[in-house]
Amino acid sequence: MTDSKTTNSNTLTESKNMKPTQLTTRQKVELSLSRRRAAETRFRMYGMASVFFGMLCLVVLFTDIASKGTAAFKQTSLKTEIFLDSSYLGLTKDSKVDEVRFANFEGLIKRQFAKNFKPSGRKETRELFKLISPGASWQIQEALLANPEVLDTTISIELLMDDDVDQWFKHDRDLSTDETNDRLSTKQLSWLNNWVEEGRLDTHFNTLFFTNGDSREPELAGIHGAIKGTLLTLMVTLLLSFPIGVAAAIYLEEFAPRNRMTEIVEININNLAAVPSIIFGLLGMAIFINVFGVSRSTPLLGGLVLTLMTLPTIIISARAAIKSVPPSIREAAYGLGASKNQVVFHHVLPLAMPGMLTGTILGMAQALGETAPLLMIGMVAFVVDVPGFINDPSTVLPVQIFLWSDSPERAFMERTSGAILVLLSFLVLMNTTAVILRRRLERRW
Amino acid sequence: MSTSMQHIENHITTGIPLSQNPKLAARNVDVFYGDKQAIFDVSLDIGANEVIALIGPSGCGKSTFLRTLNRMNDTIDICKIKGEILLDDENIYGADVDTVPLRARVGMVFQKPNPFPKSIYDNVAYGPRIHGLAQSRVELDETVEKSLQRAGLWNEVKDRLHAPGTGLSGGQQQRLCIARTIAVDPEVILMDEPCSALDPIATAKIEELIDELREKYTIAIVTHSMQQAARVSQRTAYFHLGQLIEVNPTKQVFTTPQHELTEAYITGRFG
Amino acid sequence: MDMNFNQHISQQFNADLQDIRNQMLAMGGLVQRQVADSIEAICTGNTSSADKIIQREDDVDAMEINIDRECTHILVRRQPAASDLRMVLAVSRVVRDLERMGDEAAKIAIHALEVANGNQAGSKMCNQSIRHMGNAVIEMISEALDAFARHDIEGAINVVRSDKMVDEQYASAIRELSTYMMEDPRSIGQAINILWILRAIERIGDHARNICEQVIYLVSGADVRHSSLSEMEEQAQIDPQANT
Repeated sequence: MTDSKTTNSNTLTESKNMKPTQLTTRQKVELSLSRRRAAETRFRMYGMASVFFGMLCLVVLFTDIASKGTAAFKQTSLKTEIFLDSSYLGLTKDSKVDEVRFANFEGLIKRQFAKNFKPSGRKETRELFKLISPGASWQIQEALLANPEVLDTTISIELLMDDDVDQWFKHDRDLSTDETNDRLSTKQLSWLNNWVEEGRLDTHFNTLFFTNGDSREPELAGIHGAIKGTLLTLMVTLLLSFPIGVAAAIYLEEFAPRNRMTEIVEININNLAAVPSIIFGLLGMAIFINVFGVSRSTPLLGGLVLTLMTLPTIIISARAAIKSVPPSIREAAYGLGASKNQVVFHHVLPLAMPGMLTGTILGMAQALGETAPLLMIGMVAFVVDVPGFINDPSTVLPVQIFLWSDSPERAFMERTSGAILVLLSFLVLMNTTAVILRRRLERRW
Repeated sequence: MSTSMQHIENHITTGIPLSQNPKLAARNVDVFYGDKQAIFDVSLDIGANEVIALIGPSGCGKSTFLRTLNRMNDTIDICKIKGEILLDDENIYGADVDTVPLRARVGMVFQKPNPFPKSIYDNVAYGPRIHGLAQSRVELDETVEKSLQRAGLWNEVKDRLHAPGTGLSGGQQQRLCIARTIAVDPEVILMDEPCSALDPIATAKIEELIDELREKYTIAIVTHSMQQAARVSQRTAYFHLGQLIEVNPTKQVFTTPQHELTEAYITGRFG
Repeated sequence: MDMNFNQHISQQFNADLQDIRNQMLAMGGLVQRQVADSIEAICTGNTSSADKIIQREDDVDAMEINIDRECTHILVRRQPAASDLRMVLAVSRVVRDLERMGDEAAKIAIHALEVANGNQAGSKMCNQSIRHMGNAVIEMISEALDAFARHDIEGAINVVRSDKMVDEQYASAIRELSTYMMEDPRSIGQAINILWILRAIERIGDHARNICEQVIYLVSGADVRHSSLSEMEEQAQIDPQANT
C-alpha cells in the first residue's frame, strides 16, 4: 500500500490505472469528477437546445403573424375632390341629420367619378364604380355632418377604396398585368396605375380597423365591436368570478368542516379545472338560455359562461395562496383573542391577496382567449353593431378571429392576423401586469 | 432505557402541585389528539404573580398542557380535552365560555417571534383595537407606549413606530410580541419556549423582562433549558410522557429533586 | 420500579464524575496511610517512615489542587444539577478535609523525628491513649471513605458516633496528662509534646466526621454541618429518594 505522501503526487492517469482499492478517497472523487462534469454539461446543453428550439418556434410564429398582420393596419385610399351638389343631394345647410343620412351620396360619387374618368360602356362604368368602397359614401356623409358649411363646395377627401384595390396596391403592384389575379380587369388596372403615378393612391393608417365593427366589406371591417364585447364580457366575468372564487376558497380553507361532503366538493372543483371548455358552453346553453332566458350572444351570457370556466382556476390558486400564509401569523392573532373572522379577514386575506390576484389575472387571461364555449352560446353570429352594454348582442375577439379566418377574401386573411396581433398584445399585457403585481405586493414575513 | 418510556400507573404528583388561591387551577386534565392521549390526569395550580416553569423531555406534553390554559388547542380539530381548568374559579372549558375574551385575559408568546407584517405601532395596537380597549387615538398611543415600555422596547423603537415589525432583530421581535400581548392587559402570560430562537444576550434581556413582568402578571413558561428554568421561575413542574411527575419550589427541584425521574432528567441521564 | 439511571447521556460527563470520585478516594487512601504511618512512627520511634511521610505530604497537597481544579472544570462545563452538583461540592469539601488530615499526620511525623533526634524528650506517657485514639481515627477514615463510596448514610453516622468516642478519649487523656504534670513538674515539657500529638489525632477525627457530614449531604441533600448527632440522625431519616 502506498503511503499518503506519495499518493498525492500521483497523476490522474496513474490513478486511473491503479486498482480501486489502492485509491484514496480524494483520488476516487477526482476520478468521478470528469464523469459528473460531463453529465452536467450534457444536461445544460439539452436545456439550452430546448430553449433555443422553443424560441425559434416563437420567432417563426410571430414573424409569420406579424408579416401577415401588419398589413391590416394600413388602408388604401384615393385622394380626390368631390363637389357636394346640394341640389342633387336635396339638402340644405339646415337639413336635419336624418335627411343627411338618407341622401344619395353614392350616386353623387358615381356621377363625379364617371365625369372625371370617362369610362366607356356599361361594363367599364361598373368596373370603375367597383373600385370604390361602399364606405366612401359614408365618409362624405360624415364630412358633411361634421361641417354643414361645406355643402355646395368642393372638398378634398381620401376616399376609401375597395378591398381588391387595397390588396393589389399592397401586394401585387410589382407584378405585370398578366400575372395579377383576375379580380381586376385591364382597364381597372390602367386607372389604378394612373392614380399611382399621379400620387393620389396611397395607404394611410387604418383607424377604421379599430373604430368599426364587423362588416361584409373587408375594408370596412374592424375589431371595435369585438374589443368592446371582449371587455364587457371580461368585466362581467371578473365581477362574478373574483368574489365568488375568493369567497369559496376562504370557505373551503377556513370554515368548512372536514367531512365527506367537503371532500367531494374539493375533488369536484379540482376536476372542473380540467374539463374541456366547450362543455361550459353547453351548460350555458342548457341552463342560462333555456332555463333563465338570458339572451343569446350577449356579454352577460358570455360572462356567465366564462365565470363558470374560470372559477375552478381562481378557487384553486386562491386556496394555494391562503394555504401559504404561515400558521404562526394565525396563532399570533388567535393568541391575542381575535375571533375566527378577524383572523381570516384581518390577517389571512391581506397576506393571501397577492397570490389571489395573480391567479385571477391569469384566469382572466385564459378567459380572454376562449372561443369554444362562446361559440356554443351563439357568439358566432354576425354582429355589426358595437354593443352598448352587457345585454346587447356582441361578439368577442377570439370568435371574430375565428369568423374572419373562414372568409375567402385575402383582405380578411390579413385582418385575421391583425386581430391576432391585438389579442396577443392584450395577453402579454395581462400577464405582465400579473407579474408586476405579484412582485410589488409580495410582503416579507 | 426502554423502561423509561412507560407510564407510571396511578401516579400521584410528587411535591406540591396545588396551592392556596391559585390564579389558574387545572383539575384532572386529559388531552387527546384523536385516539392518542397526550396528557394524563394532570392537576396543577398556578399562583398569582408567580412564574412557574414547565420542563421535561421532548414530546412530554408540556407545550400541549400550556396551550390548554388558553384554549389554543381549540384551533386543532382533532384535539379533545377532559377535565377542568379554572381561571379565578371559573371553568374555561364551560359550555358558554367565549374564547375571545379568554385569550385577552390569558395571553401567549410563541417560540418563534411572529410579529404581524404591519408597523410596530399597528402590531401593538391590534389587540386593543379589536377588543375596543382604547376610545381615542390618544388613548391608543398611550397604551402602545406603555406596553412597549413594559416590554423594554420603547427606547429602541420610539422614533420608528411606523417601521415594519418584521424589520427588527430576533430579540426585539420577541419583545415586540410580548408588548403586543401585554397591550390587551392580560392577567396571565403563557410563554412557549420564548427564547429558544434567540441568542444569549437577547435571551438574558427577556429573562430580565420576565422577572419585571412578574409584578403585574402571572407567568407560565415552557422551556428546554434547565438553567433558564432555574433562573426565572419560583416553582418548577416536571412532565414526563404526559404525566406530571413533580412540582416543587425551583431551588429544591434543582438541588434535591424528590422523584427519581426528575433527578434523572435534570442530571442529564435521559431526555 | 427498576429504572436504571446510572449513566449520563454524555459518556464524557460520566467519566469526569467517576474521575474526581476515584481521585478523591485515592487521595483518601494515601492520607489514611500517612496517618497510620505517623501513629506507628510515634509509638515505635521508627524514623524512616517519618521521613517518607513528610515527603509524601507534597503529593497530598498536589492532589488537593488537582482534584479541586477538576471540580471547577466540571462546574463550568456541565452546570451539574441535583445529585451531580452535590457530588462535586462534596468532593471539593472532602478533599480539603483530607488535606488537613495530611497536614496533621505530617505534624505528628515531624514530632516523631524531633523525639528521635533527641530534640525532644521521648515519653511513654499516654502511649496507650495515643495508640487507641490513633487506631480509632484510622478506622474512622477508612469507614468514612467507604461510606462515601457506597453512599451509606448509616455508615457515616457510625463514624460520627466514633468521633464522639474519640473526643471522650481525648478528654480523658488530657486529664491523665494533667495528673502527670501535677505530680512532676519536670515532665511538663514532655507532656506538652504529648498534648500536641493528641490534639493532632483528635483533629484528624474531626476531619473524618466532616467527611461524613458531606456523605449525608451527598445522599440526602441535608446540610448537617454544625448539627448535633441527634439532629443528624433525624435528618438522615428523611431520604428524598423514597417514592412509591
